[in-house]
Amino acid sequence: MTDTKKRPLLFLFLILLSIVFVAPVIIVLMNSFKGQFYISSSPFDFPDEKTFAGLVNYTNGIKKIKFFSAFFYSLIITVFSVAGILFFTSMTAWYITRCKNFITTILYYMFVFSMIVPFQMVMFTMSKIANTLRLDNPLGIIAIYIGFGSGLSIFMFSGFIKSIPLEIEEAATIDGCNPIQMFFQIILPILKPTAVTVAILNTMWIWNDYLLPYLVIGNKYKTIPIAVQYLQGGYGSRDMGALMAMLVLSIIPIIIFYLSCQKHIIKGVVSGSVKG
Amino acid sequence: MQKTLKKYFAFFVLPTLTAFAVAFIIPFVMGVYLSFTEFTTVADAKWVGFSNYIKAFRDNDDFINALWFTVKFTVVSVLLINIISFLIALLLTRKIKGTNIFRTIFFMPNLIGGIVLGYIWQLIINGVLLKFGVDITFDAKYGFWGLVILMNWQMIGYMMIIYIAGIQNLPGDVLEAARIDGASGIQTLFKVTIPLLMPSITICTFLTLTNSFKMFDQNLALTGGAPGKETQMLALDIYNTFYGRIGYEGVGQAKAVIFFILVAVIAGIQLLFTRSKEVEQ
Repeated sequence: MTDTKKRPLLFLFLILLSIVFVAPVIIVLMNSFKGQFYISSSPFDFPDEKTFAGLVNYTNGIKKIKFFSAFFYSLIITVFSVAGILFFTSMTAWYITRCKNFITTILYYMFVFSMIVPFQMVMFTMSKIANTLRLDNPLGIIAIYIGFGSGLSIFMFSGFIKSIPLEIEEAATIDGCNPIQMFFQIILPILKPTAVTVAILNTMWIWNDYLLPYLVIGNKYKTIPIAVQYLQGGYGSRDMGALMAMLVLSIIPIIIFYLSCQKHIIKGVVSGSVKG
Repeated sequence: MQKTLKKYFAFFVLPTLTAFAVAFIIPFVMGVYLSFTEFTTVADAKWVGFSNYIKAFRDNDDFINALWFTVKFTVVSVLLINIISFLIALLLTRKIKGTNIFRTIFFMPNLIGGIVLGYIWQLIINGVLLKFGVDITFDAKYGFWGLVILMNWQMIGYMMIIYIAGIQNLPGDVLEAARIDGASGIQTLFKVTIPLLMPSITICTFLTLTNSFKMFDQNLALTGGAPGKETQMLALDIYNTFYGRIGYEGVGQAKAVIFFILVAVIAGIQLLFTRSKEVEQ
């Protein structure tokens, strides 16, 4: 084909494009080592002897927004919410797919419906309810995430469960399995590929979520996005150095997570979007 | 089996349903109700009919401006993101060295959260505009294109991956037949590849459309609506109506209901429209 001749050019083009994609992160990294007053005035220059500030921005930023506590809240909220979503919604999805009646059909459509409702529609009432029910703490917000994440998760699990042949379950019933044993010993292992997808989609959402945790627990407990926004929105002059350093620290866990399970993430995102 | 399973409703469904009711069903129903009332704390709601809906449009132009800004932003973003990501996907499916590395790099920004993305791009856009002695809050045009660039940077990799998956699943014999029949590269692209890729195009249009239309975090971090409220999108306007002015909670809720209806209608129309264009395989 005629493509062969264009290949080197194409390759060069892709490399240039990659640089464009990575550059913003590199520029932030570069600036995180500059003194705070040199950042806005010359953001594209490398740090030199005059502007280099060592790790001052990092130590300042970590103190100002209590970065490690924010990291800890983000981590436990994300991990336990995702675990809870996987555990509870897979059970529910199996039940409402296998036990077809009026109520489960209505439930299924309600879960699907919730996927298209924008958060602003429920943000005020939901945060008021969370407040009244004393769910305004890291444990409570996990329950809220399970409720909020159930739409997409049940939709995805149900789609997969429909393709599991009924014979497996019939055989298990004859062997004397009760539904609880059946679900945990037979169905759950089969659901693993979908569970990985559901886990990845929910992790990406919850880790980066800003408005929901801000409204529900933001006063007392700051997750990473809330802490970053707080640094910016606080009174007084804004510390550009600390902001740059905190942006870098927020990106590092994401990059580690991405590089360590890249294949699953890309696969999960594709199958998630095909069904969603 | 169904009969025995039926008795286990409390075990399998109740925990999820309780959480779902608290986080979604009750807030949704209350939200619809409260949009017809005047309230500050939910408990003191007074029925006022459609007056919140009228106020949403009449009191000031914020909502209309935000709606218009959001529509313009969405149209431009959806077009740019889909065209660029489709072209990159075409390039990356041509058996070039290092395809996987490029794919990894292009997808990376998608994992970074909206708030962090907003501040990254604020630094860069302000850095560029500095050469002209202004910053992003100087003119709504800068904010608009800043948001478009940011959204492209975030979404192109994601859409590219869906297009790549679609292109890799194209039936090889059809493309082969087109080539034997003497179709040129461009003809094959428009007459064979694109029609066969309609399912992927549907998904990508849907995702970019709803994500652009509902955007909040990036808007808050990059421009915060400045200058004035000129770059305020719908979600941010609703947020500011709720929490910016006491006594306007009802109006905020009415705007939120309108916002929800718009999203639902767009999603419905868009899915119907592109589904009908899909080629039966």
